[in-house]
Amino acid sequence: MKIVVLVKQVPDTETNIKVGDKSINEAGVKWIISPYDEFAIEEGIRIREKSGGEVIAISLGPDRVVEALRTAYAMGVDRAVHVKVDDYVTFDSTYTSELLANFIKAENADVIIGGRQSIDTDSSQVVVQIAERLNVPHVAMALKLEFDGNKVTATREIEGGTEVVETSAPLAVTAQKGLNEPRYPSLKGIMSAKKKPVDVKKPDELGATGSKLEVVSLEPPPPRIAGRKLEAADAQGFASQLVKALREEAKVI
Amino acid sequence: MADVLVVGELKNGELKKISKELTSAARKIADAIGGKVHTLIITDNVDAFAGDLKAVGADAVIGANLGEFSPEGYANGIFAVIQEKKPAVVLMPHSAQGKEYSARVAIKANAGIVADAVALSVDGGKVVAKKPIYSGKAYANFKVSSDIQMFTVRANSQEVTPKDGAGAVEKSGASVGEVRTKSLSKDLSGGNKVQLADASIIVSGGRGIKGPENWPIIQDLADTLGAALGASRATVDAGWISHSHQVGQTGKTVSPNCYIACGISGAIQHLAGMGSSKYIVAINKDGDAPIFKVATYGVVADLFEVVPALTSEFKKVLG
Repeated sequence: MKIVVLVKQVPDTETNIKVGDKSINEAGVKWIISPYDEFAIEEGIRIREKSGGEVIAISLGPDRVVEALRTAYAMGVDRAVHVKVDDYVTFDSTYTSELLANFIKAENADVIIGGRQSIDTDSSQVVVQIAERLNVPHVAMALKLEFDGNKVTATREIEGGTEVVETSAPLAVTAQKGLNEPRYPSLKGIMSAKKKPVDVKKPDELGATGSKLEVVSLEPPPPRIAGRKLEAADAQGFASQLVKALREEAKVI
Repeated sequence: MADVLVVGELKNGELKKISKELTSAARKIADAIGGKVHTLIITDNVDAFAGDLKAVGADAVIGANLGEFSPEGYANGIFAVIQEKKPAVVLMPHSAQGKEYSARVAIKANAGIVADAVALSVDGGKVVAKKPIYSGKAYANFKVSSDIQMFTVRANSQEVTPKDGAGAVEKSGASVGEVRTKSLSKDLSGGNKVQLADASIIVSGGRGIKGPENWPIIQDLADTLGAALGASRATVDAGWISHSHQVGQTGKTVSPNCYIACGISGAIQHLAGMGSSKYIVAINKDGDAPIFKVATYGVVADLFEVVPALTSEFKKVLG
């Protein structure tokens, strides 16, 4: 099996974001692998451990994404590819999916796995778009994957529960929490990851046709409705005040 | 013509609120760019929904019988309608299903797409979509430069405004085409009575509920309000409730009108999932808990006393 895992580098949730006109101020931002992509890397490695083959990690972004690829190496992937683009390009899912799909097509991969969404844009688009571009089936929100040759049986999350589906490789998968427990990179893994090569690609080498989104502006989040702490002598007092506030002021209940 | 196509959604044979929200939003866009609003509903019984959608601005209500949900089948069917109607703008729900078929539809139509938009406006004949990024710590405005502009839109983010459209009813002959993923079985037993993703009220419990045996206190309030039951990561990780209830970064992102957080301290990952709720109520013993920084109404008190009192008070006024 040839497996491609999609790795996106995103700001850590705890990090403080300073918003500029069309980009954020990156000073002081802590970058991590998007948490769902860790499940994707782990699953890629587990499939290889069972079925043999090769796991390739690919990441789009500026030079700093190499750190994310080193972490993927330390976890156990076999090859790493860095597609060098500006960070805001990765907001355009159709452009991103085109670059990735062109790479994956050339590699003739059997399985493509990414997180169910990246935690910077929460778009949930790229992996399924790649499936469409490669004309292969997909399983979104996978909780369990089993391969029997090319036959794939998967359990996935759906609205209100779970679904068991059957399909076949080549296919694309999005990883949901619960698919596995990502391993921690070993010290030995981390040390050897530092020396491993990262293959650098430029967008024009991958033959993408260009961006379809324009970033008009960035802005800070809208101010919240001013909050207040209610004062009451007892639970009953709190309850009646809250009911009044929600029905008469907020008019939401 | 610069028409707008809306993909609506049904749940158990009923129109979901998002279908009206998107039709209403589409009406505003169509009026600004000079076009018609077509709302597509995947059903063999489109007549049942035409009135409701006409009342919020649909000029045409299209029914396509695509059977049980499959992302590929829906994408094929929706794309067939796009080819027929040639809209300038397509609005789809950022729902569990919408996320899947929209990605395929965008590629089929060679369109740019902004996913999870929370506000839509028109500038120079093009739609500007606003979406939260970086866990809601910034908002980005995008325009789509392709001929067809596509958007998935977050539930509860759009106002429903009454406005009469022509409301013509059409039946589309679109078909599902080739579907390569076969559903073998579904298990809906562990789920929520009310879906989190599009609930207008959510009552959530956190570590403050102390143990799984205390969920009924939270569930009673949710049931009284017709709300969905949410949970913090701590309660899910402790095994007190299934992951399908989790709100937050590794759970669901929600934007209800009202979010009632009971015994939730408000870790940043939780705020990332519910911070865009319109009104937030926090009930927590610890007055310094970070949840109070985002709460519209803060109640510093014991949830075991306040939540049952609140339930009985609501029962009284809601009858």
